[in-house]
Amino acid sequence: MSATADKADHPTRRDILSVAGQTFAGVGGALALWPFISQMNPDASTQALASVEIDLKPVKEGQAITVMWRGKPVFIRNRTKTEIESAQKVAAKDLVDPSARNEAMTDRAPGTDANRVKKGKENWLVLVGICTHLGCIPKGQSMADQKGEYGGWFCPCHGSHYDTSGRIRKGPAPRNLDVPPYEFVSDSKIKIG
Amino acid sequence: MANHESTYVPSSRFAKWMDERLPIARMMHGQFVDFPTPRNLNYLWTFGGILSFCLVVQIVTGVVLAMHFAPSANDAFDSVEHIRRDVNYGWLIRNIHAVGASMFFFAVYIHMFRGLYYGSYKAPREILWIIGVIIFLVMMATGFMGYTLVWGQMSFWGVTVITNLFSSLDGVIAGLGTKIVQWLWGGYSVSGVTLNRFYALHYLLPFVIAGLVALHIWSLHVVGQNNPTGLDIKAKADSVPMAPFAVMKDLFALSLFVLLFAWLVFYAPDWLGHADNYVEANPLATPAHIVPEWYFLPFYAILRAIPSKLGGVIAMFAAIAILVFVPWLDTSRVRSTKYRPIYRWFFWLFVISCLALGYLGAKPAEGVYVMWARVFTLYYFAHFLLVMPIVGIIETPRQLPRSITEAVLGPGGGGAKAAAAAAPEKR
Repeated sequence: MSATADKADHPTRRDILSVAGQTFAGVGGALALWPFISQMNPDASTQALASVEIDLKPVKEGQAITVMWRGKPVFIRNRTKTEIESAQKVAAKDLVDPSARNEAMTDRAPGTDANRVKKGKENWLVLVGICTHLGCIPKGQSMADQKGEYGGWFCPCHGSHYDTSGRIRKGPAPRNLDVPPYEFVSDSKIKIG
Repeated sequence: MANHESTYVPSSRFAKWMDERLPIARMMHGQFVDFPTPRNLNYLWTFGGILSFCLVVQIVTGVVLAMHFAPSANDAFDSVEHIRRDVNYGWLIRNIHAVGASMFFFAVYIHMFRGLYYGSYKAPREILWIIGVIIFLVMMATGFMGYTLVWGQMSFWGVTVITNLFSSLDGVIAGLGTKIVQWLWGGYSVSGVTLNRFYALHYLLPFVIAGLVALHIWSLHVVGQNNPTGLDIKAKADSVPMAPFAVMKDLFALSLFVLLFAWLVFYAPDWLGHADNYVEANPLATPAHIVPEWYFLPFYAILRAIPSKLGGVIAMFAAIAILVFVPWLDTSRVRSTKYRPIYRWFFWLFVISCLALGYLGAKPAEGVYVMWARVFTLYYFAHFLLVMPIVGIIETPRQLPRSITEAVLGPGGGGAKAAAAAAPEKR
């Protein structure tokens, strides 16, 4: 730069060339970095959205099963009449997280119990069984488990309580348990994913 | 110190030939043999050397373990058991590495509290201190990833919980946190893919630490060591050559440290660990009570003390980041807390807060534990943001000795009086 020091206010041909050259090298370097960052994202084999079919016949009223989908546990609960009623009684505006968190609906859909199950199949509740706080698996699937103050699930890690619709009611978790995309392929069989 | 000249004299023709081409022996002699060390250093100053020893031990044992470890979700847990049972002396090397992590953090916490007590972060040692904070941060990342590799229940769920911290960014920009977490995991949950990349980074980061340690020592040898009085070296009588004086003291302290280390390795290798980590990772069952290793507990307590997910994460990272600003938050004119009658009480209150947070981090997050965690978290931050700036201004420090030599030998001791009078303390 000493060659241009005496007329710093007049950029010379050389200044422009070096700024252009440095910019070119900088942008190129940044772009070359991208593959090294992107390689850490979920790869094609992980992304391939595997779907699983589940036969619900053996699950009696009041029972629950856990299945694996995309490496995550999915809770399927055959809810009792009282559980359904207590879930339906809650108004969406009283919830910590008022959104339905149902992948089949928009984020604006209110978190009523009806928005978290399939019409006519209100007894079947299907949820991604991962606490929305820090990713632990909440308790409540087995009969002997502690189910929390709202009778749904209770996360032992940091004390989040979910109700019988899988909605967060108390504790540090910010969101309701997610409802994954699923459909009934027959009267007693569902396909997740 | 920077202008300190090495007194190296090449002792052979080869040494002379070498010295003219690559004067590495001259540099080492100048920096680690005749380097002027304050004559009043106490045993708290031996932890720098002890920490260098810890880093070497972790790297040597870690390289050996890597020769027998299988970084895949199917094999990791079994290969650790294989190391413990089948590999020749594998039990010993594995225990040294596992206990070594605890000893490393034990030493680094003493080293940090020593720096805080004697004002070792104050000008001109700001950069030295900040490099130290960065080393601490990289150490935590390394320790965390290393714990994952065992692939026990605590490993798996520890990683799940800590990586999920980043999902709190969803509250800032919708979807950003989830994207980052999936990027860290390489999938939609913690899996063998995650284990594999953590293994690569766990092998890399210790060498990054070694590089940072070189910078830490370099800047230490530019500004010179602090000492219990916090005074600068002003005369030759204030210092002694590093070898044999400081070196011998370091070696004696190190041998006591190694004694404790060896006792843990041979008699209580699992005392600081958690029984749940001897159960292989199971993505379908969370242990009833997740706790990190003891050295993360104070920060874990801060995370859980804040009743909002994003807030807790910010507070936890802020608890470390705030250390960077300590050189400018402390407004006191003197370095050493020894001469600070008010601040010294707050210092010990801070130590108690850190210990209490450590205790509370191991307790379930409910009832009275949460309340106390909030109280001590509040003091943790108040100590830096209120106590350090305010006490430094309102406090009248005790009379400082005129020189390091006077602090050791008393007024008129040795020939220091004239030298000290010639260069009175100006601060």
